[in-house]
Amino acid sequence: MRLSNILHLGVKELRSLGRDPVMLGLIVYAFTLAIYAAATALPEALHKASIAIVDEDRSPLSARIADAFYPPYFISPVVIDHAEMDARMDAGLDTFALNIPPHFQRDVLAGRAPVIQLNVDATRMTQAFADSGYIQSIVAGEVAGFAARYRAETELPVELALRARFNPGLDKSWFGSVMEVINNVTLLAIVLTGAALIREREHGTIEHLLAMPVTPFEIMTAKLWAMALVVAVACGLSLIFVVQGLLAVPIEGSVALFLAGTLFHLFAATSMGIFLATVARSMPQFGLLIILVLVPLEMLSGGMTPRESMPDMIRTLMLVAPNTHFVMLAQAILYRGAGFSVVWPQFLALALIGTVLFAAALARFRSTISSMA
Amino acid sequence: MTAQAPVARLDDVTLRYGRQCALDAVTLDIPAGRMVGLIGPDGVGKSSLLALIAGARALQQGRVEVFGGDMGRARHRHAVGPRIAYMPQGLGRNLYPTLSIFENIDFFGRLFGHGRAQREARIAALLDSTGLAPFAGRPAGKLSGGMKQKLGLCCALIHDPDLLILDEPTTGVDPLSRRHFWELIARIRAGRPQMSVVVATAYMEEAERFDWLVAMDAGRVLASGTPSDLRARTGAASLEAAFIALLPEAKRRAHRPVEIPPRAPDADGEVAIEARDLTMRFGDFVAVDKVSFRIGRGEIFGFLGSNGCGKTTTMKVLTGLLTASEGEARLFGQPVDGDGIGVRRRVGYMSQGFSLYSELTVRQNLELHARLFQVPEAGIAARIAEMTQRFDLADVLDVLPDNLPLGRRQRLSLAVAMIHRPEMLILDEPTSGVDPVARDSFWRMLVELARRDKVTIFISTHFMNEAERCDRISLMHAGRVLVSDTPAAITAAHGVETLEDAFVDCLMEAGAGAAETAPDAVPAAAQETMPEAAPVTAPGRTSFRRFFDPRRMFSYTRRETLELRRDPVRATLALIGSVVLLFVIGYGINFDVEDMTFAVLDRDRTTTSRDYVLNISGSRYFTERPAIVDYDDLDRRMRAGELSLALEIPPGFARDIARGRHVEIGAWIDGAMPTRAETVQGYVQGMHLHWLQMQAAKAGLAPAALVDIETRFRYNPDVKSLVAMVPGVIPLLLMLIPSMLAALSVVREKELGSIVNLYVTPVTRLEFLIGKQLPYVALAMLNFLLLVLFAVFFFEVPLTGSILTLTAATLIYVFSATAMGLLISAAMRSQIAAIFGTAILTILPAAQFSGLTDPVSSLEGMGALIGQIYPTTHYLTISRGTFSKALGFADLQAAFVPLLIAVPVLIAASVVLLKKQER
Repeated sequence: MRLSNILHLGVKELRSLGRDPVMLGLIVYAFTLAIYAAATALPEALHKASIAIVDEDRSPLSARIADAFYPPYFISPVVIDHAEMDARMDAGLDTFALNIPPHFQRDVLAGRAPVIQLNVDATRMTQAFADSGYIQSIVAGEVAGFAARYRAETELPVELALRARFNPGLDKSWFGSVMEVINNVTLLAIVLTGAALIREREHGTIEHLLAMPVTPFEIMTAKLWAMALVVAVACGLSLIFVVQGLLAVPIEGSVALFLAGTLFHLFAATSMGIFLATVARSMPQFGLLIILVLVPLEMLSGGMTPRESMPDMIRTLMLVAPNTHFVMLAQAILYRGAGFSVVWPQFLALALIGTVLFAAALARFRSTISSMA
Repeated sequence: MTAQAPVARLDDVTLRYGRQCALDAVTLDIPAGRMVGLIGPDGVGKSSLLALIAGARALQQGRVEVFGGDMGRARHRHAVGPRIAYMPQGLGRNLYPTLSIFENIDFFGRLFGHGRAQREARIAALLDSTGLAPFAGRPAGKLSGGMKQKLGLCCALIHDPDLLILDEPTTGVDPLSRRHFWELIARIRAGRPQMSVVVATAYMEEAERFDWLVAMDAGRVLASGTPSDLRARTGAASLEAAFIALLPEAKRRAHRPVEIPPRAPDADGEVAIEARDLTMRFGDFVAVDKVSFRIGRGEIFGFLGSNGCGKTTTMKVLTGLLTASEGEARLFGQPVDGDGIGVRRRVGYMSQGFSLYSELTVRQNLELHARLFQVPEAGIAARIAEMTQRFDLADVLDVLPDNLPLGRRQRLSLAVAMIHRPEMLILDEPTSGVDPVARDSFWRMLVELARRDKVTIFISTHFMNEAERCDRISLMHAGRVLVSDTPAAITAAHGVETLEDAFVDCLMEAGAGAAETAPDAVPAAAQETMPEAAPVTAPGRTSFRRFFDPRRMFSYTRRETLELRRDPVRATLALIGSVVLLFVIGYGINFDVEDMTFAVLDRDRTTTSRDYVLNISGSRYFTERPAIVDYDDLDRRMRAGELSLALEIPPGFARDIARGRHVEIGAWIDGAMPTRAETVQGYVQGMHLHWLQMQAAKAGLAPAALVDIETRFRYNPDVKSLVAMVPGVIPLLLMLIPSMLAALSVVREKELGSIVNLYVTPVTRLEFLIGKQLPYVALAMLNFLLLVLFAVFFFEVPLTGSILTLTAATLIYVFSATAMGLLISAAMRSQIAAIFGTAILTILPAAQFSGLTDPVSSLEGMGALIGQIYPTTHYLTISRGTFSKALGFADLQAAFVPLLIAVPVLIAASVVLLKKQER
């Protein structure tokens, strides 16, 4: 193994990339606009929820409840009748429909605990499950407030002081931006190395290299470092200028430590790219493989939904994926300000996964070369 | 014939690639009904000129007229397109390697709108006359160079062109196949005397037989006329000499004939290359069969043979790229093996075809190789200067190799192979496609290296005059060495005049003629059938529909389908992969969060406080961790992400409650992941209220509940994540996979060269795109069927609404998904960019902006905008409506509108971005 070969071959990779303006444009897009769009699109805890109210009571209390749903948490509620409710929910216009029965106010004041019906469109995933809880507490609060004017205090004076640490406002753009950075880091690392290898194979240049005093290990390592460098730089700039700058996400921990973690992740992801490239026999096959690998990596690594909510089998399975550890590491460092003493297990896991992938890729790389006619 | 108008007229045509000038104010009339040859060194503009006449390349300056009309006008190009046939440079570059011979010709026949019976008759006639008939089912990628060129000719001749344009058709083809190729052209011309043929060639002996020649140099026409004219004008004996005499003074002076000093007799002592019973097998196929030879140091050893006879494989074994199945190869006495780095440093290898980095400039390529061969850093600059001067590359140091003519690229390859002063050169057809002047200067260098520097040269070639220059040659056929001796001895042994005759004799003896070429009996029959078929096409031409002809479109559909079928891995991967993804995502994404960790800092330690904690730990949502000791502990464990929730119960909790005093319980939620934090928040608040109600009831206070809120989860009453997820994941998958499949279809043709068929055949861009799209739409529909079956029968997600509505929506949706892929494909230049572009332009919008998890109505900013127009959003509404909400077309028609708009918009954008001519 010669370091200078690895260096020069890597420089060659960088030069090749520099010649592809479309690719450079896509990289810039992936780390600026795409991050911005992903971060700002995510609604906050309760945001613009669409609600309709079927008011069969038309009392001051029902009016008071309707008034409690105001923007930006809700899209101003529309008052509809019973017949409209089904049609509107079917068409997906409303996520929630609150049905206030006749004589509601009278029954509340009489202490008869009347039933108020909240219809939820359960196909609307996040909003359906999380926001129905809010609506319940808003209704309960309004009813209690209304009743308090007429009735004695019945509640126990115990208050729950809830505070969210690391992200007091539970601002999703903090999370969304970094997760999108992570997604694009993985995507780019796999595509750049893998596709570059397949292109060399399709154009016959890899064979040319192998006739020289260069080992497969050197060729592979050169691709790894060059592409990892590109992605790491893009990631760092994006974190500083887009995430911290434009999106004004406060980063609690050390960006340097995070970038160090990124390098570990890149080692694993670029190795995976090479591995996939040795499995795929042509660029179209590689393109398809990328989708099949990336989608689970992005959706199940804990960046989109919490790992706690996944079935045990998938949770365990996903521990093999570098993304899972990278997401954990990113959350710990960037939001919770954790130091190396806390995140070393993730570093270790990434290093292990990377080594295994690297070894597998190298073995396959060697064997596919010898079978090349 | 003399009265005929010229078939093509060029008037003051100038063409530039960047700063480089390919054609410089060329004015030329090409006579009709003749065999016209373009001769001249590489990069003088021959290929550019042909591409302009064929309409494959866009005109920049000047005027080109073909068949009396202006080729700058799209209408005329379209009108005369069917009368022109163009065969680009490079072996089988416009053919489809996975398609068989028959399928390739059939594809072109359909493009020209031939009916079935007509096509079959013509293909049969063409295959017969070219002798390809016995191999009709063989994939084009597995043909030898000669057969590929014959197939290319068949494809070009399928529509009876009046103008046949051949760009170096015999470059890289062995002499026997070359001879057969020209015989074939002569027969075809005999059958169709009105046809004009324009050929660019590097072989002067071929040009000698043409009717009329155009000699070109540096983008200009030097002279034109019959071969005898040219010879007479220059007073030269051969055409080669005549051409050199026509060159400008400066270039002429640079040319000297190749002189080969005899080898010193003592040179045979050391053996540089030795092969003993070398055998290489690929599966059942024996590529190299017991080949043995010894090459002495400083010897120039020529390797001759028809394409695919095992020359390249033998060379690859010698370089260590391939490991021999049997036998032994030694370089400088050391056995060759895959890891023998030391030996490789002494060898320079030039592989067949150009294999340098096209993204690096000439200088960067040289530098990279110098460094990889460990030329001392201090000496690199001097060495590069020396090489560039020697190989005449000094003026193009900062040019990209793709912008260089073939001949100069080959010189660059040699310079690269020589950069580390190797003791041995292994050169695989280094002079294919290189013009005579450049070839001579190349050989002077080789001779100098061999004689002066004692470099051993192992070279393969198709040029007989080059073979004659070798010290010894081997003739190879079908993996075996037929004869190995000095050129003179071989010629003498066969009792013939020239080495070429000896070569052909040798091959005939070995049975090569029977296998690959036309039996002599066939031409007569072919001549009869060809003109017979011609009139049938004539009326077809006039009825060509100008903008859209389903037959042309289906020709591309058929071809794409065949290619997809030849690569079953891709289709299988798409189908099985999507089901696996549905499974993984359907199960994996779940909004019921359970088993979240929490711990308590209990400063009260009473039964009441323990009861409060029990209320939480007893639920299925939380699992309790060891108690928190102090604030530091709390901080540390939350930072480590160990706790999702931390509670602090103040001292005197129970006492204060009893006295009715205000008490506050502290709760910290890990906000690092907002979605999870919200869920935790909701759970804790609920449990807190529940506990208070229980306490109140215990204390005998009035019923806490003033109102009973009954939540009904509609469409999914059991709140099963799977039921909510599956109808959402299907749209995601039907966007990602079909778009990725389609995304590579166009850009792949651009990268591999077959896009030229779009440029020169009457197919329109719309036919091309939709034709390519259809197979992927069909595959996506199959995919849809599979996903729905799995959803209903495996995941037991009920499909309650109208299946017909869902299917109709799916069809429109997958049209839009594949159109998205085509759009990206049309816009990009490289396959890498297409893959990356497709991934970032589909995954993010489809997974996050289309309502899979958060409804589009609640999104903000750019994401909301993208979400509103993205097809996935609307298809998702339909998918969920039909799966979960029992809806039909009447309820969902609003969602169809954006989908129906998306398809034509995307396809129109792709048509605009795709170019019908190379620029």
